[in-house]
Amino acid sequence: MAYKRNIDRLPIIPAGAKEHNVTCHYCIVGCGYKAYTWPLKKQGTTDSNWMGEDLSKQQGAETEAWYAPSMYNVVKQNGADVHLVIKPDVNCQVNSGLGSIRGARMAENRRSDVTGSQKQRLTDPMVWRYGTWQPTSWDDALDLVARVTARVIDKDNENDLYVSMFDHGGSAGGYENTWGTGKLYFESMKVKHCRIHNRPAYMSEVHSSRDMGVDELNYNYADYEVTDTIFLVGTNPMECQTNLFLNHMVKGMQNGAKVVISDPRRTVTVDSCEQVAGAENVLHLPITTGSDVALHNTLFTYIADQGWVDADFIAKSTFQGDVAVAADSAYPASLGSFEAARVACKMSLADGAAATGLTEAQLIQAAEWIAKPKEDGSRRKCVTGYEKGIIWGNDNYRAIGSLLNIGLATGNVGREGGGVCRLGGHQEGYYRPSDAHVGRPAPYIDQLIIAGGGKVHHIWANDHFKTTLNASEFKRVYNRRSNMVKEAMDARAGATREEMVDAIVGAINAGGLFVVDVDIIHSQIGQAAHVILPAVESGEMNLTSMNGERRLRLTEKYMDAPGSAKPDCMIAAGIAQALERVLREEGRTEYADQFKGYDWASEEDSFMDGYNKGNPEVTYERLRAMGNDGVLEPVTGFADGKLVGTNRLYEDGVFKRHGREDGKALFCMGEWRGWQAAGKAQQQANHRFLINNGRANMNWQNWFLDQGNEFVMDRFPVPFIQINPDDMADLGIKAGDMVEVHNDMGATQALAYPEPTAKRNETFMVFGAPNGAQGNIVNPGVNELILPDYKHTWANIRKISDATPASAAVSYKSWEVEL
Amino acid sequence: MKCNRLVDVGRRQFLRGGVLGVAGAAAATVMPAGQAQAQTARAMLDYPSTKLANLADLKVNEPMDIGYPDAESPGILLKLGTAVEGGAGPDGDIVAYTVLCPHKGFYMSYHAADKTLNCPGHFSRFDCEKGGQQVWGHATQNLPQFALRVDDKGDIYAEGADELIYGRLSNVLQG
Repeated sequence: MAYKRNIDRLPIIPAGAKEHNVTCHYCIVGCGYKAYTWPLKKQGTTDSNWMGEDLSKQQGAETEAWYAPSMYNVVKQNGADVHLVIKPDVNCQVNSGLGSIRGARMAENRRSDVTGSQKQRLTDPMVWRYGTWQPTSWDDALDLVARVTARVIDKDNENDLYVSMFDHGGSAGGYENTWGTGKLYFESMKVKHCRIHNRPAYMSEVHSSRDMGVDELNYNYADYEVTDTIFLVGTNPMECQTNLFLNHMVKGMQNGAKVVISDPRRTVTVDSCEQVAGAENVLHLPITTGSDVALHNTLFTYIADQGWVDADFIAKSTFQGDVAVAADSAYPASLGSFEAARVACKMSLADGAAATGLTEAQLIQAAEWIAKPKEDGSRRKCVTGYEKGIIWGNDNYRAIGSLLNIGLATGNVGREGGGVCRLGGHQEGYYRPSDAHVGRPAPYIDQLIIAGGGKVHHIWANDHFKTTLNASEFKRVYNRRSNMVKEAMDARAGATREEMVDAIVGAINAGGLFVVDVDIIHSQIGQAAHVILPAVESGEMNLTSMNGERRLRLTEKYMDAPGSAKPDCMIAAGIAQALERVLREEGRTEYADQFKGYDWASEEDSFMDGYNKGNPEVTYERLRAMGNDGVLEPVTGFADGKLVGTNRLYEDGVFKRHGREDGKALFCMGEWRGWQAAGKAQQQANHRFLINNGRANMNWQNWFLDQGNEFVMDRFPVPFIQINPDDMADLGIKAGDMVEVHNDMGATQALAYPEPTAKRNETFMVFGAPNGAQGNIVNPGVNELILPDYKHTWANIRKISDATPASAAVSYKSWEVEL
Repeated sequence: MKCNRLVDVGRRQFLRGGVLGVAGAAAATVMPAGQAQAQTARAMLDYPSTKLANLADLKVNEPMDIGYPDAESPGILLKLGTAVEGGAGPDGDIVAYTVLCPHKGFYMSYHAADKTLNCPGHFSRFDCEKGGQQVWGHATQNLPQFALRVDDKGDIYAEGADELIYGRLSNVLQG
């Protein structure tokens, strides 16, 4: 039986309950929510409540006067238990009251001593002692971190300290926390061996867009509502940016927009577009996986040959000449003028059709919908959204560059109804000192760790074990190296701090790795840690982020941190202060001085020390007043009591993201060249199934909270892999059977979910699961500039067992709605 | 066939006009016997025991419109034709669910071919053979299912619900 909460009534929010601005801490869309809190022994009534509505009556569809059990919890606020309701904000422009299956469970996914939810949250620092993790004080834990770290770093030589640190907004990220960690590692230190939460190096996911002069978040979500065509490439917004789709793309389709979707699989997004716009207004291009550059170059060539370009825009806003930037190890393709790109990217319809598996008619229709002027001669507006299908796909640099070529050629950047933008994963919230010392290309951290690099590893909410590539080998090596240190510590149980540090340093000099893990839960890589430091999420602290249209909001703190957990910025400050103290004790005065400047009393101090210094108009007080609509970055002023933002980037036709003084955008001169990352062609040749992979609607990213959420784990007790039913029959697999997915890199497991629309021999597996990491079978090959190609993995599939009782109980019906 | 889209005026009207206002629905809408209001403050809700139909009234895979716990709460009573976990009746195949989508409260339609309830608002769908499990969608709960009892005469009674019904903060309206 499906999981049911058996909650048949909820406490009513009373009039006068405290109301807090909340931006959903999950995806980049950043839906507005309101958090209501009130004392435990108070409640509203059906005739006296926060809405002033008569709640003795059934409320209609889309009512503001209802909330689901998932939107309710009991939490601590200033030490006292309070009721908490977090419900979608009907007045927020982003979502207009819509809640996703992820965000509308925020309240339920708060830690509660009373309801027992999210007991997996960390509450106190822990140190490896007596063969396991023992709770301890912050002072004790930070002292150990500082003393061991100080032994492997020195002024101008910090290469033995490896750092994995999130760079996102929302969740436990945000401007406060990226500044705290950024100041520690990029200002007090110049750490070169670092990486970001979802990739094995410290670099952009969209180098080419920035090199061409175009920031990847350049539009306003409202552009989807007023456009003629929505072009979606390697992205599945109905599942991954749900309320951007439902509240903005749907309105665009209702206003007459056509939709072109480039994706090797038929996603829920394709079906939903057909439901809204009618199948005749939706063109799904089920391209041969990895052939994106061929598709984009063919469309670009055809559109240019037809003359469906914006000649004025090209003349005024793009580089004139031949080559502006020549290709080298830091630039995987030359960049230059429109005409130079036409020559470099030239691809005929016939060649394009052969490479992409599409028909010439499909290519022509796509080009017409994207760029052909309307019957009255006016230009067609087209907004382009792309995401991990090409970011984590084949030939990242050229795939994104060739797509942006189309947007620039047709004048669809910086215009109403236009934009060429990432749809995004998390929200953004990046404010750090320069990372120029890291270099370009950046070091491939995970492979360096496998090769024995690093002595101390600080991890900030990264779980390589669930989400990295080549994860099978990474885990083997990482466990071995971190166990060397655990064994050394176990052997010296009862030793003084000084003796213990000596023992640890001995182990790391013999090839071991000392691991400090900062996270909100005890993660899988955290199992290898020697010190674990508990962090908080937004709502447990004040936190600022921006969404996919650069909308900056402040989520107000509405509850206490679990136990003694702290904001990441305050933990970073604690590490800095401990390092300063230890270095001073050791007589390394000059180096110790680099760690001054962290006397922050709260996360707001970190915000003022970092973001506010670069954006002096922006303060917590002003953001609080801007509410859930916030302000679109960059903020340009403060007038009439409001922050003044920027509705859309590049409306002036001046492009400077690449740093060029002339303000001219560049075109990408990258021809189609097949597989770019090492080992892909060979793996494809040797295995039957494509294991395409990515996110799904129900769970957020690597399931860190959802693994403790019964509603989610009841639906997918094991990660699913969607397989064509005829392939399942070939292999003797039934719905729900446990299968092993295995190849030359390793193996993982999944439950088989029949998907009739899947192409033969092409599967889709949900990524990042706690009990079946897809990354186990992704090879270490990366695109230029260390961009991983998670999407291109091939493997064989074998049955492990019949469905477990949990897997047998769930539905295996189609995800496509039947109306 | 696209007769169940959001723009279908009849379905939208249902939400405003109550269960008796529905156009073209199955004839056998059943009203509860008495007032469904909690009389005393007890720890658990007192649900009405409401006769929905007799076994003889049901045809396999043809849902019957019901109102439970009261007329303002539309649902369906359904004989699936094959036994399911939690199914009532001699064949273990009778189930009843709300038809208000727990996401935003739109009125869902039954798709007989795969025995699912489907939402025209934002395309969520629920499996009537799996206790109302959301197959795919935006709701943060599975579909509220009504507990059924069948007596010796074959009369089918609804006597409770296992999740909060959309649009009410108490499944049995109070006030």
